Amino acid sequence: MEKLINDFSYGLFFWQLVLFIGLIFVLKKYAWKPILNAVNEREEGIKNALAQAEQARKEMLNLTADNERILKEARNEREELLKEARSIRENMIETAKNEAQTEAHKLMEKAKESIETEKLAAIADLKKQVAVLSVDIAEKLMKDQLASKDAQVKLIDTMLKDVKLN
Amino acid sequence: MEIPAIVGAGLIVIGAGLGIGRIGGSAMDAIARQPEASGKIQTAMLIAAALIEGIGFAALFAS
Amino acid sequence: MYKIQYYISIVFFLFSLTFYASSEHDSISMPKGENPHQEAKSLRDEIKEDIQHHLKDSHDWTFFHSKIDGSGFTIPLPVILIDNGLHVFMSSQFHHGESIVESNGNYYKLYHNKIYKTDAQGTLNLDEHHHPTNAKPWDFSITKSVVVIILAALLMLWMFSSLAKSYKKNNGIATGFGRFLEPLVLFVRDEIAIPNIGEKHYKRYLNYLLTIFFFVWLVNLLGLTPFGINVTGNIAVTFALAILTYLITTFTAKKDYWKHIFWMPGVPTLMKIILAPIELLGTIIKPFSLMIRLYANMTAGHVVLMSILALIFIFKSWVGGPLSFGLAFALSLLELLVAALQAYIFTMLSALYFGMAVEEHEHEHPHEEAHAEHH
Repeated sequence: MEKLINDFSYGLFFWQLVLFIGLIFVLKKYAWKPILNAVNEREEGIKNALAQAEQARKEMLNLTADNERILKEARNEREELLKEARSIRENMIETAKNEAQTEAHKLMEKAKESIETEKLAAIADLKKQVAVLSVDIAEKLMKDQLASKDAQVKLIDTMLKDVKLN
Repeated sequence: MEIPAIVGAGLIVIGAGLGIGRIGGSAMDAIARQPEASGKIQTAMLIAAALIEGIGFAALFAS
Repeated sequence: MYKIQYYISIVFFLFSLTFYASSEHDSISMPKGENPHQEAKSLRDEIKEDIQHHLKDSHDWTFFHSKIDGSGFTIPLPVILIDNGLHVFMSSQFHHGESIVESNGNYYKLYHNKIYKTDAQGTLNLDEHHHPTNAKPWDFSITKSVVVIILAALLMLWMFSSLAKSYKKNNGIATGFGRFLEPLVLFVRDEIAIPNIGEKHYKRYLNYLLTIFFFVWLVNLLGLTPFGINVTGNIAVTFALAILTYLITTFTAKKDYWKHIFWMPGVPTLMKIILAPIELLGTIIKPFSLMIRLYANMTAGHVVLMSILALIFIFKSWVGGPLSFGLAFALSLLELLVAALQAYIFTMLSALYFGMAVEEHEHEHPHEEAHAEHH
């Protein structure tokens, strides 16, 4: 220890202190500051670039998702449209069928009605003709049977016999 | 009979050596157990070893 | 951590080739003598002296020097003394301590790398420990270590300003050697400054931490080159670095730091009184241990490396060369690790102390207020 203190060189201490402090300030100005600034800048740049890449990746993902969504929607829409068309067609057929049926029904009904009327008319006509015919026949028959006087009196007698005065 | 100072210095060196050896050994154990923490363990080991070394030197120069 | 290990391994290979050749500047000459016993003793002394000489700072920079014929290559450095005025002359005038220099009427002599004031005859009064008792002038010489510090500073300025410029040239990406330096700068920021000081305050200390990390590392590495440099093995240098850490810690400390020193919250009053001087002493011991750690590690490394190199001269047979080479090579690899590790630990602990100084113990405030109300 004594030897160390004895050998201590004030000159060397002085120079070391002065030169080292000078070195700190000179290096600070010409080396550390520019170096650290450049490194920081680069690090910031890398960080930004990475963030941007991440952003772009996310956007890309969003875009793909969007595309997919749109595609899906379109597909769904088509499906829907097809379904709708199908149902419309079915509906149309159904209504047409129904209408046709009712129409047919109506026609049949009408036909039936007119047949009935015709029938009735025919019957009435027939009745009339039968009446006329019977009257004609009766007239002819009468003319034949009642041509003689005797026949006329006989008839009146029979008839009178039938009629009982009550 | 007076014990010369160099004997004391030797004792200090033995003590410091044992201390640093223990630190180194423990650090090796710790690194083997947790290799992923080796950086931190090494730093702590160096600091601890340096502190013991400092005591050793201080005692050596005082002798 | 893995990053730094990777780079250390690269540096290993870059420098390892030059290491084993790091035979020191004063090549140890083989003494010529008849008596082998006497020879061995003087050789040992000579080696010891050489190592001592290497560890110390000197007023000239000797690259190699032969003790047999005195030939060699030495760069003289300026000597600056303050002794009733300024005295400036070149260290070559000392002739390695053999001559007395006269400057403005004062006489100076170099003795064991130190300059003493003397008279025209150069008499030195030695005490019983062979230390001269002559007056010493204030010595602000540009010594070998100062030259290396300046060189290291210029090297750092060149390396890092070129890195800073390369960003502008190349769209914010480092080029060339900067690709090696940039991860190290980021290592100091992300692994040392931010974890220890915290996101909020680290920017204020980053300049200091970066400078100290690279300065200590670079100077430690320069100490492993074969130029006989040992800057961080000077206590004055490590003291200057440690005192800066201490001053920065002290002057940027927040209220909480002082509160924890003088009136530790959450302990009984008696403990507070006992803890205060211990904590206060701790603030001085922390930078003191920083200083001693760096100094002792680098000095010890140099001593062991040079002792191993000296084995060549001690064995004096075919064994010495390969043995010395192998050991020096292995130790150089270890010293490379130590060079980086010491820089890392110095920076790391400085950051830790700064972190303590600016730490805000938010969870303890309600407790503190409750405590204050009771009084």
